[in-house]
Amino acid sequence: MQTASLEKIFVKGNEAVAMAALEAGCRCYFGYPITPQSDIPEYLSRELPRLGGEFIQAESEIGAINMLLGASAAGVRAMTSSSGPGISLKQEGISYMAGSELPGVIVDIMRSGPGLGGIDASQADYWQATRGGGHGGYRIIVLAPASVQEMYDLTMLAFDLSDIYRMPTMVLADSVIGQMKESVTPNPRPDTVLPAKDWAVRGREAGEVQNIVKSLYLGDGEMEKFHWKMQARYQELAEKECRWEEVQTADAELIITAFGSTARIAKTAISMARDAGMKVGLLRPITLFPFPKKAYAALSGRCKLFLDIELSTGQMIDDVRLAIARDAEVSFYGRPPGAGSLPTPEELFEQIKKNYPAHV
Amino acid sequence: MRYDVFFAGYGGQGVLLAGNLLSYAAIHEGKNVSFFPAYGVEKRGGAAMCTIVFADGDTGSPVVGNPSVSVLLNQLSFDKYAAKVKQSGICIINSSLVDIGGIDLPGVEVIKVPMNQIALDMGDVRMVNMVACGAYIEKSRALLKESLEAALKKALPERNHKLIPANVKAMEAGAQAARG
Repeated sequence: MQTASLEKIFVKGNEAVAMAALEAGCRCYFGYPITPQSDIPEYLSRELPRLGGEFIQAESEIGAINMLLGASAAGVRAMTSSSGPGISLKQEGISYMAGSELPGVIVDIMRSGPGLGGIDASQADYWQATRGGGHGGYRIIVLAPASVQEMYDLTMLAFDLSDIYRMPTMVLADSVIGQMKESVTPNPRPDTVLPAKDWAVRGREAGEVQNIVKSLYLGDGEMEKFHWKMQARYQELAEKECRWEEVQTADAELIITAFGSTARIAKTAISMARDAGMKVGLLRPITLFPFPKKAYAALSGRCKLFLDIELSTGQMIDDVRLAIARDAEVSFYGRPPGAGSLPTPEELFEQIKKNYPAHV
Repeated sequence: MRYDVFFAGYGGQGVLLAGNLLSYAAIHEGKNVSFFPAYGVEKRGGAAMCTIVFADGDTGSPVVGNPSVSVLLNQLSFDKYAAKVKQSGICIINSSLVDIGGIDLPGVEVIKVPMNQIALDMGDVRMVNMVACGAYIEKSRALLKESLEAALKKALPERNHKLIPANVKAMEAGAQAARG
């Protein structure tokens, strides 16, 4: 474990990701510049070589994700990062990593799209992140930070979860969380007990067993067996690793649900509502996959009205509705991402007033 | 207590450095801070703005729709953002570059400070952001001048530390002008 100074530091969300990666023992980074995540490769290009690590600005995002696959297959902690257009390019490699049961951290600082879109914040890559993104039917772990401190802490966690479950893990943020600066406690790497990487391919000494890392399953029943194994792993994840935050939900007549940047904006809108005497709470998923269904199920037993807020025309709402089923009503407020469409707390307060149940 | 301030101008006026400075000053006073920048793709001349929220507790939203205090350094920022200042809030404008024309901001205290002129008189127009910070702390009383002085050491690279006394003077001149 490295010693980390626990004095608070004032850094950008993107820098916090890079710092946490170093503290987590990541010594290989492969990437390609794109706004709004370029602070991550910039920081690591400076700091990784000093620690004896490898920083490579790849020829493309496709090159970078396949370098991540290779480093991970060799058993080392490695990371890549990008934004929408680059993350789309990486999907083939992510699918191969999922098929090869390889860990690896992928950071997605979302910008608006489709296509080149724009550099403003977006949450419209929720589906791409949580549904697998590439071909073949797989899931990856997706963590959604809502502060610079969480950019640090969840990046650290991403490495551990990725190693424990042998799955690619994504830190999904946007340009608000990536570009803003906050004071952060650079916590030391936790003493998590990690499984040995006895599957890694490092070159074989005489007498050692041969390891093969591959995603090709041609034998009768092999592919199906792989899928059932992964389904069991997703189930285990759902049971053990769901994380979420609740704010003032105990007496809430209306529960706002949002992740990342919009959850932060909603917090202030909820304070405004509370000041106005309205009982409003927040349920913020921190893990988007596994989605914290039990938290929704528990709250929808009592609170009958949810308002899902997203910086998109509605993607997480699919998971919210599946989790709540028929137990409560789910309303939606969202705006497509792009310059000028970031909602303000005042705007969300208006939506709270509009949706607050009449009987209260 | 939760404070918020919005700074806007064009790239090159030091809007983001001003925001960083106020953030470090708030940290110096033991507050939690969120500094949210937004700027155009241009190195200079594009729009630059930032929102700083600081509080003893949770900072909540880094985005503020109706700021308590806005500091607007050029005409474009004034035209676009002056009307968003909260009722009974404060709008500090750089009157060297902003002509408020016939625009009325009811319920908002408008403070005109000829920031470019003051900075020029002190020897360097680039200190316009320091003049603005001085005007801000004078009117808002949200942060102590001593905290900003301490923050300069953190916000400025080492090679520019020799300029700290001049920057402090520029802040004092901004505060003086805001007092009227």
